[in-house]
Amino acid sequence: MNQSEMVRSEHEPLVETIDVKTHFKTPRGIARAVDGVSIQIRRGQSLGVVGESGSGKTVLSRSIMGLLPRNGVIREGSVRYQGQEIGNRSDKEMQSIWGREMAMIFQDPMTSLNPVMKVGKQISESLRKNLGMSATEALAVAEKLLHDVRIPEPARRLNQYPHELSGGMRQRVMIAIAMACGPNMLFADEPTTALDVTVQAQILELLSEQKRERNMSLLLVTHNLGVVAGYTDEIAVMYGGKVVEKAPTKTLFANTKMPYTEALLSSIPRLDQPSHSRLSTIPGRPPDIVHPPKGCRFAPRCAYVRDLCLNEEPELQQADSPDHTYRCFFPVGSPEYLERRVELTRKGELVASEGSN
Amino acid sequence: MAGTGKAHLRDDQNVLLRVEDLVVEFPIGRTGLKVNAVSGISFDVLKGETLGIVGESGCGKSTTGRAIMQLPSPTSGSIMFDGTELTSLSGEAMREARTKIQMIFQDPISSLNPRRNVRDIVLEPLSIWNRGTKAEQLATVDKILEHVGIDPQRAAESKPHQFSGGQCQRISIARSLVLNPQMIICDEPVSALDVSVQAQVVNLLEDLKKEFELTLVFIAHDLAVVKNISDRIAVMYLGKICEVSSSDDLYRNPAHPYTEVLLSSIPVPDPTVAVKKVSVDGEPPSPVSPPAGCRFNPRCPNASDRCRSEEPTLREIEPGHFVACHHPLTGGEAPVTVRSN
Amino acid sequence: MSTTSVTPAPEDTIVRKKLGFGFWLCVTWIGLMAFIAIFAPVLPLKSPTANFLDSARGRPPYAPSWSHWFGTDKDARDVFSRSMYGARISLTVGFTAITAGFLIGGSLGVISGYYKGWIDRVSSFGFIVLLSFPSLVLAILLTSLIDRNLLTVSLVLGLLSIAPVGRLARAATLQYADREFVLAARQIGATNRRIIIKEILPNVAIPMSSLALLGMAVAVVAEGGLAFLGFSVQKGITWGGLIQLGSDASKTLQDSPWIAFFPILMLFLTVLSLNFAGDRLRTFFDVKETTL
Ligand SMILES: Nc1ncnc2c1ncn2[C@@H]1O[C@H](COP(=O)(O)OP(=O)(O)OP(=O)(O)O)[C@@H](O)[C@H]1O
Ligand SMILES: Nc1ncnc2c1ncn2[C@@H]1O[C@H](COP(=O)(O)OP(=O)(O)OP(=O)(O)O)[C@@H](O)[C@H]1O
Ligand code: SF4
Ligand code: SF4
Ligand SMILES: [Mg+2]
Ligand SMILES: [Mg+2]
Repeated sequence: MNQSEMVRSEHEPLVETIDVKTHFKTPRGIARAVDGVSIQIRRGQSLGVVGESGSGKTVLSRSIMGLLPRNGVIREGSVRYQGQEIGNRSDKEMQSIWGREMAMIFQDPMTSLNPVMKVGKQISESLRKNLGMSATEALAVAEKLLHDVRIPEPARRLNQYPHELSGGMRQRVMIAIAMACGPNMLFADEPTTALDVTVQAQILELLSEQKRERNMSLLLVTHNLGVVAGYTDEIAVMYGGKVVEKAPTKTLFANTKMPYTEALLSSIPRLDQPSHSRLSTIPGRPPDIVHPPKGCRFAPRCAYVRDLCLNEEPELQQADSPDHTYRCFFPVGSPEYLERRVELTRKGELVASEGSN
Repeated sequence: MAGTGKAHLRDDQNVLLRVEDLVVEFPIGRTGLKVNAVSGISFDVLKGETLGIVGESGCGKSTTGRAIMQLPSPTSGSIMFDGTELTSLSGEAMREARTKIQMIFQDPISSLNPRRNVRDIVLEPLSIWNRGTKAEQLATVDKILEHVGIDPQRAAESKPHQFSGGQCQRISIARSLVLNPQMIICDEPVSALDVSVQAQVVNLLEDLKKEFELTLVFIAHDLAVVKNISDRIAVMYLGKICEVSSSDDLYRNPAHPYTEVLLSSIPVPDPTVAVKKVSVDGEPPSPVSPPAGCRFNPRCPNASDRCRSEEPTLREIEPGHFVACHHPLTGGEAPVTVRSN
Repeated sequence: MSTTSVTPAPEDTIVRKKLGFGFWLCVTWIGLMAFIAIFAPVLPLKSPTANFLDSARGRPPYAPSWSHWFGTDKDARDVFSRSMYGARISLTVGFTAITAGFLIGGSLGVISGYYKGWIDRVSSFGFIVLLSFPSLVLAILLTSLIDRNLLTVSLVLGLLSIAPVGRLARAATLQYADREFVLAARQIGATNRRIIIKEILPNVAIPMSSLALLGMAVAVVAEGGLAFLGFSVQKGITWGGLIQLGSDASKTLQDSPWIAFFPILMLFLTVLSLNFAGDRLRTFFDVKETTL
């Protein structure tokens, strides 16, 4: 690879989606799980995808990986990997990409490991299939992988079944499997939700270490903005199947635009608040993706809603800083926002209205 | 028994629950080995207080909560609840006593019977104990469902899977309230929920606590959540209590090295704060053969020889702040204990 | 489930699943058979034991004709009405056997799955012992020792179904017995009996009910097998017995296939219906516990 190609590949996205839509046919109608999402991930970069349950995070990452159910799915838009369109490839054509190029850590470690197969075998299998290693070779690599993800006594673990491991260890086995063939792009779907905070910290550290060492790209899915704060370069906030705000991590926190992002952020309990301080919540529930509300999808729950929001859907707006986009008519800091905020504070409703459900 | 201590127990009229030297062991098959899930812990909870219990997965939090309910009954130890020794109650008396303490579980979906309708689930306690006529029972149920924010009409027609996780947790809470308990043990009630829903459930618990004059034991692994809801916090590690303190104090002045690890593991929702790396490596040791001395010593950065041989006891380092550590972060070295024999 | 994938259910998600046309067709067939089995004596059927010798057609068996829809056997007895009467014993045996198997095996399974401990060890051992006999051999052994009437043959077949039913019930119970909703019931003061009846049974009964239909199919086939070998109910007409009569010599099967064919068809359709209906029922009652 010569110099100029090198430079190009540094700046070209490794993975890019353009207006990806993934809709499911359900008995109630069409479920718009992912509804027009465009994102880019560059080499060595990490993107956090954040949003409440049901906002389409898992479906988005599966759409990129090409891991959707075969029936009842309508998909549109383009998915590119290293500049090539992969959105329309068959499973068979994707085989060469899965594992070696892209890998995924699934949401639930218990159901995604085979309960009747020993850990060693589960890891070495993809090594043998994808990299053509011999059985003994693959087991040796598997042991090293377990060591890399900091599982104590890796040699002994190879011969254990998933249920003999703790939740944290199982999740690390999943990571080892995903890492086995050295993918360029790793999708981590809520890799730590089932785990306790200490293990969560270890696993996030582990992932960012791999990212640094191997220049791997990472898509980290979670519902907790706090989790991604320290570990991602960029964050996309999803709501009802759409990306409603996207910005470099620091910008997103320092200069939040979407009222939704703000609300999500303030519902995280903080250590620096005194105990028994009221947590702010988002009233109502996530939108029905079969019959999404007209206008802004967040409008029924938004404290800053105005008539316009109820009738028209906000287009993607560009904020002052580059790479910062959002979908809102009256973003945080706008005159209308400030006006409403003063009103709410005066009525003492800012906390109360957010606090009640 | 060293390593436990009762210095932190209060001599108060208002103590509702007092647990002393609680030990729970599970035999492993017929190997003769046993899991030391809880190894001699003591704590008390005052009326109207919220006690938080935090600690890593597998440290014995749920086992403690269940032992209070005698589900299953502990290997040894004493549990005084409202003047009654629960461990000595017979089956029938215990069945009755349990109604005064209720428990809410982690998995909101698996704690509701998938085949029963929701109103029926909430009604069940009343129908077991034949409280009032059917009409009165239904009225109570509907009132409590309203209270926790569930539409009684919808509850009457729906099965649990038709509700979201947060709503299922509300339904569990409603079920635990219908018998008018004095105390509710919440075993990780929000760990499986979205952050936004988590906040709703925590707020709900705070409201209900005031309204129904409840005493809470709130178990979780996330110190930030526990801190928010608790008055007092007990930090557990591998079947032992290592620190007890008021919740604000615990955050300001953590004394036990493990508490510090727990605190620093909480992700800070602020990218400008560099990720603190006090996190410890490895898993907690197996509760089948816990390490001698201080149970945290294999992972503790401050461990000394003393820690490997002598088990630390809870002692007061500040008013109301107790720690079981030889070399705590604050409060000075533990005095050397001279064995009398 | 250990994660947060608790997608909020929209308000109006109640979409009725359908059992489908096939299911109702099968149920109709089973219903018809049951009706015939019960009311055969009062229905306008030809006598199943009378000889309808017809000198014009020479020596029986007679091929199917307008007067004998399914033909006659070599004693000139009407195959149609014999097939109808056959449903009587075959279905009764199947039904009684599976009821006995469910009462005994089902309760043993639920009890051992719920209480665990020694009860479980004893009954599990019992199941294994029962299962390790080849069932047909055991059935022949038992039926050859006893007076083979309707009840005893049913009970023998019922005995054979105890182990598989019991094991399934035990497995299903185990799956639910440690769920938190059982714990929740216990902490509100429910007695064990109440927990079994109100919390466990509704969850276990549904997968079991489809098994009941499948099990009945197996019992009907097993009775057929026994009868074919001459070990079923001594007096009376069963499908297996009819098939055996229709194929006792290779000549019979070749020259007058209708004697065996029609009972086989009835048996086949009934067993197929039972299987199909059971299967549909299972998927129908498969409640979702979570929404994705
Ligand atoms: N196969 C499918 N058929 C129909 N609807 C589906 C299917 N898969 C997903 N959905 C719907 O798409 C929406 C988005 O689901 P998705 O799993 O991506 O959410 P998520 O953001 O990952 O949530 P969580 O935090 O709970 O994992 C949900 O409403 C879900 O019900
Ligand atoms: N019924 C049981 N039989 C054997 N061991 C058990 C049993 N219940 C719990 N244990 C063990 O006892 C220890 C404490 O378990 P417990 O469930 O109390 O932990 P926990 O602190 O609640 O963890 P988590 O945060 O994962 O819920 C664990 O090592 C566990 O494996
Ligand atoms: S567009 Fe309107 S409703 Fe939507 S987030 Fe912005 S202010 Fe709220
Ligand atoms: S300093 Fe010693 S006593 Fe204190 S936690 Fe560490 S090992 Fe335990
Ligand atoms: Mg998901
Ligand atoms: Mg627990």
